[in-house]
Amino acid sequence: MIRAILFALICAGTAIQAETLRLAATTSFNNSGLSDALLPVIAQDIGLDVQLLVVGTGQALRLGQSGDVDAILVHSKEAELAFVEAGYASHRREIMYNDFVVIGPSDDPAQVMAATSAIEALLRIAAAQSTFVSRGDDSGTHRKELSLWAAAGSDRVEFTSWYREVGAGMGASLNSASAMKAYILADRASWLNFGNKGDLALLFSGDPVLFNQYAYLPVSAERHAHVKAQAAWNLEKWLVSPRAESIINGYEIGGEALFVFNARP
Amino acid sequence: MSGIWAGMVEAFLLVWSLDADLIDITLRSLKVSLSALVIACAVALPLGTWLAIRRFRHRRFVIATLNALMGLPPVVVGLIVYLLLSRAGPFGVLDLLFTPTAMIIAQVIIITPLIASITHQAMRELWSEYHDLLISLNTTHGQRITTLIWDGRRTLMTAALAGFGRAIGEVGAIMIVGGNIDHVTRVLTTAIALETGKGDFALALGLGVVLIALSLCVNLTIHSLSRTEREGRW
Repeated sequence: MIRAILFALICAGTAIQAETLRLAATTSFNNSGLSDALLPVIAQDIGLDVQLLVVGTGQALRLGQSGDVDAILVHSKEAELAFVEAGYASHRREIMYNDFVVIGPSDDPAQVMAATSAIEALLRIAAAQSTFVSRGDDSGTHRKELSLWAAAGSDRVEFTSWYREVGAGMGASLNSASAMKAYILADRASWLNFGNKGDLALLFSGDPVLFNQYAYLPVSAERHAHVKAQAAWNLEKWLVSPRAESIINGYEIGGEALFVFNARP
Repeated sequence: MSGIWAGMVEAFLLVWSLDADLIDITLRSLKVSLSALVIACAVALPLGTWLAIRRFRHRRFVIATLNALMGLPPVVVGLIVYLLLSRAGPFGVLDLLFTPTAMIIAQVIIITPLIASITHQAMRELWSEYHDLLISLNTTHGQRITTLIWDGRRTLMTAALAGFGRAIGEVGAIMIVGGNIDHVTRVLTTAIALETGKGDFALALGLGVVLIALSLCVNLTIHSLSRTEREGRW
């Protein structure tokens, strides 16, 4: 009986094995809708069925570390370099970028719109003690926000109840910010594709420090012999091809381009 | 209120247009939760009945544990199953993580204690009725368990439906072990979580209405198949 069940389980598990590849990607890659534009074309061009796991950068790196995915697409340069350094990936390939933006209530109680730099914008929010939603989930966006607070010389331990860590993905955090009429740091792509903007508006963007680079890291086959290294390499070749360039650069929402391709072939 | 209305409209449009993706994820929801239900019942019904008729030393402790496990937090089950099935874990070589099978395993763990516990409660009453008869007929343990399960099938159906309800509406565990991969492990609950994250509340609520309707359909089907609530058969 137990043997029969186990057998059935294993059969059911292995039934779906065409040429597939598991890619852990950040929430912004999916929430922006870009993945829906890219994946069908990839399946068509190189016959690869990319199974997308949408997680934060921290979790994506964990999945790559334990060999549960074949490649990752994330946006947190220091963490990626450490990942390569530790031998979990053979290299890191930059694919595209967009930028982070500061979102907040449209009446802008903290006067963020008058800020001249991202750090000044955050300092204004802190000075006004306006509600601020932090991702708090160790994602690329969260790490960027923490590095900005650190650069501003603010100690988060001293923040009072206006600083709220929600511990959720980009979309869920934007929902929270929308409900609380709070400020939040988001990536431009997720913001533009977000359906529940409510009273929120884009208040600050354009500071070079808000640059957001996405990179592709194939999981090292030396560490995990079972990863599909060839498929991961095929996908990498496709991602840096002119075909990918035209789709990524041409992807728009409401007439606004979301990502800029910057891979070197 | 307008948000809920928009959700209703969206649900109607989704069902009306027989959206291919919707059918895909609905069937996967059914497949995963019904598989989990069948496996869990195969374990839990005999186990619950056995606990009702058998007297042994740590019986009280086992029953208390079973009752406590009814409230097993799905997200913890998901995490444990994830760690077991991960490539870095003991069962990594089976390559089951992020497959429907992994989701079935997690759901079996979540609903088996629930079904076993309800079964045990129901069977205890039935056993006090049948005790003298079955003992005097000199039946084996196996025969007693089969008799009790057959004669108590209507109560057991409630146990099974409670298990199914918990399985089909569960999101914490299957999100972790399934990964919500489009066309592979996306089911109704994880799709609802995804659409909520995108801020598309109407679609999320529409999927929710479909989920509730599906659950209702399954319950009605099972009831009509087993002919409960008919004349003279309360």
